Amino acid sequence: MVAEQLARTVIRMAHEIVERHHSLESLALIGVRTRGVPIAKRLSVALEKISGTSVPTGALDITLYRDDLMRYPVGPQPILRKTEIEFSIDDRRILLVDDVLYTGRTIRAALDALIDFGRPRSIELLVLVDRGHRELPIKADYVGKNVPTSLRESVQVRLMETEGQDEVVIEEDEPAS
Amino acid sequence: MSQQADSSLGDPAGPLVLGTTVGLRTKDLLGIGDLSSEEILLILDTAEAMKEVGTRPIKKVPALRGRTVVNLFFEPSTRTRMSFEIAEKRLSADTLNMTASGLSVVKGETLVDTVRNLGAMAPDLIIVRHASAGAGHVVARLCSAGVINAGDGMHEHPTQALLDALTIRQHKGRFDGLKVSIIGDLLHSRVFRSNLLLLQKLGADVCACAPTTLMLSGMNRFGVRSTTSVDEAVDGADVIMLLRIQLERMRGHFIPSLREYFQRFGMTTDRLRLAKPDVIIMHPGPLNRGVEIASEVADGPYSVILEQVANGVAVRMAVLYLLAGGHQG
Repeated sequence: MVAEQLARTVIRMAHEIVERHHSLESLALIGVRTRGVPIAKRLSVALEKISGTSVPTGALDITLYRDDLMRYPVGPQPILRKTEIEFSIDDRRILLVDDVLYTGRTIRAALDALIDFGRPRSIELLVLVDRGHRELPIKADYVGKNVPTSLRESVQVRLMETEGQDEVVIEEDEPAS
Repeated sequence: MSQQADSSLGDPAGPLVLGTTVGLRTKDLLGIGDLSSEEILLILDTAEAMKEVGTRPIKKVPALRGRTVVNLFFEPSTRTRMSFEIAEKRLSADTLNMTASGLSVVKGETLVDTVRNLGAMAPDLIIVRHASAGAGHVVARLCSAGVINAGDGMHEHPTQALLDALTIRQHKGRFDGLKVSIIGDLLHSRVFRSNLLLLQKLGADVCACAPTTLMLSGMNRFGVRSTTSVDEAVDGADVIMLLRIQLERMRGHFIPSLREYFQRFGMTTDRLRLAKPDVIIMHPGPLNRGVEIASEVADGPYSVILEQVANGVAVRMAVLYLLAGGHQG
């Protein structure tokens, strides 16, 4: 997926969100660190253009909720980044945003984390790419592109905000050395 | 670059970086002396993220679920012990508190035996405070658990220096060239030693001020400006850190009287006039009001003393998190 397609996908998903929600008043977008955050911000801009409503965005770091955090007795820890949700999520309709949906474990952690912030009226999930291979019963409500992959491949989402360019590519994993 | 960052290849002083994971190079945090400036900044960045957990309606994350942390305090402590305990609980660790009076040390057991027995119960992390320098090192050698030094005699108190650094960074945004004056009982202070090491690693310009009797010998070796004049120390300071007169550690006469110390070295609003207009006043606590600090300064607009306490929890969460991963090899 190149920059132009990625931009169109974001706009299409913004239209889908508007289509499904009667009002965007109680909606808030929460991006999962790292790449869910810029995608959420882009969606918010698109939503404002379409509907005129400004939708707040937040950033969620799920590191402390990972299910593999203490599985291995030794080794370095995942880098912890800041969670920034500057509004109350109580009674809001939350749209969780991430780049790639794979095993579903990140989203499981994100759901647990969100519940610690309050009791939203509902939580929906939007992903740029769904690559399959779920290990948990989790399904996205909005999908940018379904990309069937093999387990040996990895899906790389690169964004202007994080990598300096917009693209989605499938890479063959190098055999473990 | 990620290849380069492999533990054996990268900068030998940098933190351990493997892909998207990070860690300290040691299983223990015994002193600032063992940390590189990169590791210090990693702890501060992690602490910054941990701070947010304390602002949530539910101030608890499952990161250290199932881990056992023992707080072994052979010396009295209010702030540090409470701060560690809150940090452990916010990370969902199981905590055990042991203070000297409740331990078998009162029955004559040695530190070594106490720790061997404790080690046999397989805790994951042990927080140690002890009146003897190097106590943390002894504990770290005796058991496989990670050890965090919460103050060993007159040696080091690394988490205090880290929380001080976090507070300074939040206010000043930098360390390089910052004039930090540390005034008080330097001789008996582990907080001074840890802060000196840390601030120098991060490029601050440290000025040490104390009466000659409470000054460390060989200060010039550390590249620190030392003075007995408070006015000289305060002049142009960005940060003023006051240290407590530790009467309980004094063997002999170091100062004529507390009152005289206050007259000559106590921080008053009047003395502060020479400092930078945006100076911050720090104190690790407990405060001796009217000895090293006047109440009007401790409770005044420049004081960040309570912010230090708040940052203490975040810094300790960060250290616990980074050490809970254990050590490879």
